[in-house]
Amino acid sequence: MAWLYLLRLVVKNVGRNRLRTGLTMVGIAVAIISYGMLRTIVQSWYAGAEQSSAARLITRNDSSLAFPLPVSYAGDLRKIDGVSAVTWANWFGGIYIDEKHFFPQFAVDADTYFTVYPEYKISPEALEVFRHERRGAIVGAKIAKEYGWKVGDQIPLKGTIYPGTWNFTISGIYTGADDKIDETQFIFHWDYLNETVKAVLPSQADNVGLFVVNLLHASDSALVSAAIDSSFHNSLAATHTETQKAFQLGFVAMVDTILVAIQTVAYVVILIIMAVMANTMAMTARERTREYATLKALGFSPAFVMALIAGESVAIALIGGVLGILITFPLASAFHAATGHLFAIFEVTPLTVLLQLAAALFVGVMSAIAPAWHTSRLRIVDGLRAVS
Amino acid sequence: MPALISISRLGKTYRRGNQPVPVLLDINLEIEAGDYVSLMGPSGSGKSTLLNLLAGIDKPTKGSLLIDGVDISALPETELAAWRAANVGFVFQFYNLMPVLTAFENVELPLLLTHLDRKQRREHVEHALALVALADRMDHYPNELSGGQQQRVAIARAIITDPKLIVADEPTGDLDRNSADDVLNLMDRLNRELGKTIVMVTHDPKCAARARRCVHLEKGELMLAAAT
Repeated sequence: MAWLYLLRLVVKNVGRNRLRTGLTMVGIAVAIISYGMLRTIVQSWYAGAEQSSAARLITRNDSSLAFPLPVSYAGDLRKIDGVSAVTWANWFGGIYIDEKHFFPQFAVDADTYFTVYPEYKISPEALEVFRHERRGAIVGAKIAKEYGWKVGDQIPLKGTIYPGTWNFTISGIYTGADDKIDETQFIFHWDYLNETVKAVLPSQADNVGLFVVNLLHASDSALVSAAIDSSFHNSLAATHTETQKAFQLGFVAMVDTILVAIQTVAYVVILIIMAVMANTMAMTARERTREYATLKALGFSPAFVMALIAGESVAIALIGGVLGILITFPLASAFHAATGHLFAIFEVTPLTVLLQLAAALFVGVMSAIAPAWHTSRLRIVDGLRAVS
Repeated sequence: MPALISISRLGKTYRRGNQPVPVLLDINLEIEAGDYVSLMGPSGSGKSTLLNLLAGIDKPTKGSLLIDGVDISALPETELAAWRAANVGFVFQFYNLMPVLTAFENVELPLLLTHLDRKQRREHVEHALALVALADRMDHYPNELSGGQQQRVAIARAIITDPKLIVADEPTGDLDRNSADDVLNLMDRLNRELGKTIVMVTHDPKCAARARRCVHLEKGELMLAAAT
């Protein structure tokens, strides 16, 4: 019965010093938002790797991704045991409107690319149109929506790696098999790119940036990778083959230090707000020392008093935390919109929400430990002498 | 009348750093059930310490302290808390009401440690508040009541569990003369009509004169126990 009363007392105490409690809640909300946003940024960086197929390999030039491979390797790759399909792609790096309107563009083999990437959903009719249209392009639903593109629209891209203005006609719009699939890509014919390169820079023609190799069995990835690399070991361009996940993580590794720093900041923010909250609870407990002593004099146990302080701390932290979580969603959407297509997937996951809630609970509990312990051990006579 | 409180060779020594500071020295005192005793003495004489020991919120360094046959100095903390809840009513100088609770809720507080249901608690609280003439103020918060009214709420809280002993530490120390008289009249009634045993610490001779007996303390020693 006393414990039910405790809840009422906790609720009443929470609303007692409204300014201080309100500011503390705002502080916690800001910390929880920061934690959620920073965690989402880090997760978004890894999103590509997380969505990688285990049965897919990437073969690139052993020297560097900056160096191409001959397109003729495709035939040899298809002959290697364990390989089910091969396609290729070139990074285009063109500019649409200006540099701020970034989205990834790939020149791909129109006949094989969408077989190797079944997660990009496109109607057979659109695919057929694309295959027969040399300047055709398949675009992700997100960028199509953002720029108001529709099938038949003419899209000019200004080349950076491949100079000049390149004009494309949208043949179709793909969607992801699930909401984790990147829907911001601009995909067009490698043949169109290669023909132009052949005319301008013949020495650089018939090259591809990388091959994408699908396996019959994902468990054979190590064996097939080794077989591919050994078969091109003494060729004009040696290869380096790795799983798609390892390839994606290679990009992440380039900014690994920044990601570690971001993660560290996320936890430091939580620690800072915990210190602020602990100070608030210490002040609160000190101000109410005589009340707590009175409760103990009346026969309430030290555990009751501890629960009263801990309950108030947890309630403040959770209210602030929930507030922060609720704000995280619209803020994440706004951030995603503001950063263009820097992050293909920018989603506050259920795990992030759970961790935000856990962080708020952690802050509430940890902040209460010292004042609750101190007050529970305080001698009643000393507490009654305290000045409010 | 049988002795409700039996104090024998009671001593209390505090420590200030490594220095022992004796506050009560060999106190022997008996207080009968239904008695009304005032404790007087100069500051530092040990009267509040003696009251705290009687109330079970502090422990003696030596001697025995029997209340209704129970040696409370030997009780562990948990049992002592339960004993206080059942046997002692507190009246403090500054009322010590919970500011976030109404008068009703403040008076109800000690009953939460009993097995009474909500209906029974309501009946008890209404009765207690009627006794202190605050039935019409039960939904008021402490800051909506005068000092005298707050102290009457505190008295209602002190008697709500029908304790054997009421301890009052300067109950009129923060009140004007009229409010103080009201509080003292109320305590008179508790003693005479309800038979409550009251031990009250006071500096005020007029206040002390309202008790049946006045006990003087000087430098931790009992000087005189006189009928008033």
